[in-house]
Amino acid sequence: MAGRFIEVENLGKQYETSVPGTPPALQSVTLAIEQGEFVAVMGPSGSGKSTFMNIVGLLDAPTDGAYRLNGEDVAGFSTDELAHVRNRVFGFVFQGFNLLKRITAAENVALPMVYSGTAGAERRRRAQELLDKMGLGAYGSAMPNRLSGGQQQRVAIARALANRPQLILADEPTGNLDTQTSEDIMGLFTELNRETGVTILLVTHENDIARYANRLIRFKDGRVVHDGAVVHEGAA
Amino acid sequence: MNVGSILREAARSLGANKLRTGLTMLGMVIGVAAVVLMLAVGTGAQNQVNRAVSSMGSNLLVILSGSTSAGTLRMGSGNAPTLTTGDAEAIARLPTVQAVAPTFPGGAQVAYGINNWGTQVLGVTPEYTSVRDWPVEAGDAISETDIRSATRVALLGATVVEKLFDTEDPVGKTIRIRGQPFQVLGILKKKGQSLDGRDQDDSILVPITTAQSKLFGNRFPGTVRFMFVQAVSQSATSAAEHDITLLLRQRHRIQPDADDDFTVRNLTQVAEAASQTARILSLMLGAIGSISLVVGGIGIMNIMLVSVTERTREIGIRMAIGARQRDVLLQFLLEALMICIVGGLIGIAFGVAGAYAVGKAMQIEVAFSASVMLIAFAVSAATGIFFGFWPARRAASLRPVEALRYE
Repeated sequence: MAGRFIEVENLGKQYETSVPGTPPALQSVTLAIEQGEFVAVMGPSGSGKSTFMNIVGLLDAPTDGAYRLNGEDVAGFSTDELAHVRNRVFGFVFQGFNLLKRITAAENVALPMVYSGTAGAERRRRAQELLDKMGLGAYGSAMPNRLSGGQQQRVAIARALANRPQLILADEPTGNLDTQTSEDIMGLFTELNRETGVTILLVTHENDIARYANRLIRFKDGRVVHDGAVVHEGAA
Repeated sequence: MNVGSILREAARSLGANKLRTGLTMLGMVIGVAAVVLMLAVGTGAQNQVNRAVSSMGSNLLVILSGSTSAGTLRMGSGNAPTLTTGDAEAIARLPTVQAVAPTFPGGAQVAYGINNWGTQVLGVTPEYTSVRDWPVEAGDAISETDIRSATRVALLGATVVEKLFDTEDPVGKTIRIRGQPFQVLGILKKKGQSLDGRDQDDSILVPITTAQSKLFGNRFPGTVRFMFVQAVSQSATSAAEHDITLLLRQRHRIQPDADDDFTVRNLTQVAEAASQTARILSLMLGAIGSISLVVGGIGIMNIMLVSVTERTREIGIRMAIGARQRDVLLQFLLEALMICIVGGLIGIAFGVAGAYAVGKAMQIEVAFSASVMLIAFAVSAATGIFFGFWPARRAASLRPVEALRYE
């Protein structure tokens, strides 16, 4: 049996700090996420939501508990296997975009395919296809700093989609964008989730953004305090 | 993941940040160029001195007549004419002595056609050319017959040939020395500067008997001004010095408590002192070169360390989107390699060009050695590669989240 897509059990994270008695960033988090879900993670700053996402995204390791991906405990993964999962199974979208500044938009989109060993011609074709899909077909040769914030975030989403991931991890993807652009980006995520069935894990502190998701997990002081369907209250 | 696309990734990364690449390369260029230049000048100076030393002839002693106080070759007129051709013949029979070349010098104006030139004329015996290691390049040497008959023949130094003859072959032509006709017997091989910087090729050799009796008129027939003595070996020079002193005191009937009326100078000591000076000079420049290498290395280290450390975040991004540690390391290693190879080659080119320019501007000789370039290149490249690789390794071994957080 393959097991569930993502399953964490008693997950905990205690940062090594010089201040003794600091409460753990994350404690006893137990939950599961299925393929195709659109999950919003909310909570005030310091609540552990970003720590949770970094651990799920294999950018960081927990200090306690277990994390199983498709039934396999990731604690046993080598650094190469972790890199492989980040490359093929996950796609990241960050608040600060995290594009490489010195290479073009198309080269940024193609970068995950460099590490997956895709041939150069196929990389360029796929990068163009993704940029077209993001409405940025004409900006392939532009440097990231020539693009607006919304455009940069679309480039970052295109990059996240390059290797057809099963999960997109988005950490405050609209944090640096204005309202209109935020809505566009969220529309894009919703569409991706509906059309391709890609699982989305979205970290945000804005209710307006969270309501695009189907499921809401609330963190407070490193613990899950709410986990349930998003209530689309009061249709305006 | 193939090496080819990582290589292209490294090249793209270098090309994308030309300022950073250029500055990093500059450290490499300066380090290598400084070493190559320093050592080219040092080796050149050493070669120059060594050649001047060997142009003196080997295992030489010089015997000066008359004044005991004058420790140089400049014999003023009126000095006691104490050395004779007979002394030379007696010295030649000593077991520690290989050959003797008695010499009678003078200054003279020489002329050929419309050209004339003031130069030094040396009255010599046939041994002179072998003792001074100064072969005849074209024509014939001075023979015993020329000595016996005091013939008017001459061997010309390269500078004299240049001053008197334009394109003609001098051999067999007749020149005038102090108005007297001399037939040019042959031309001497170019010898270059002496240790004190004199142009040794600016001289004419004539039979000693001709110089004594016909050219310079001598109040004391049969005397010579000085002689070169070649010892049988370098280790025999001190013994020869001792033997010659004893022999001459005996021949000149000098009382035990009286001073010598001649001076014996051991030129091998002079030569050794000069060679040693050159060696020290070369060593010093080598030391300066090594310091440049260390300073250059520190420069390379700093810029590599800084430029790679400030890319920690980039490494984090690359790892987040699926780069393995070895992909990141290979890329940074290749970047460092490319910078070091290109920078090193440019450094060698600058060093060589700079050394030529310095040599031209200061009229000194420069000499290049492949091993010096190789060492400078290897040390700088090793420094660059290590300090390009190590911070990348450190960054790649962080958890991606830590590398991403780096500002």
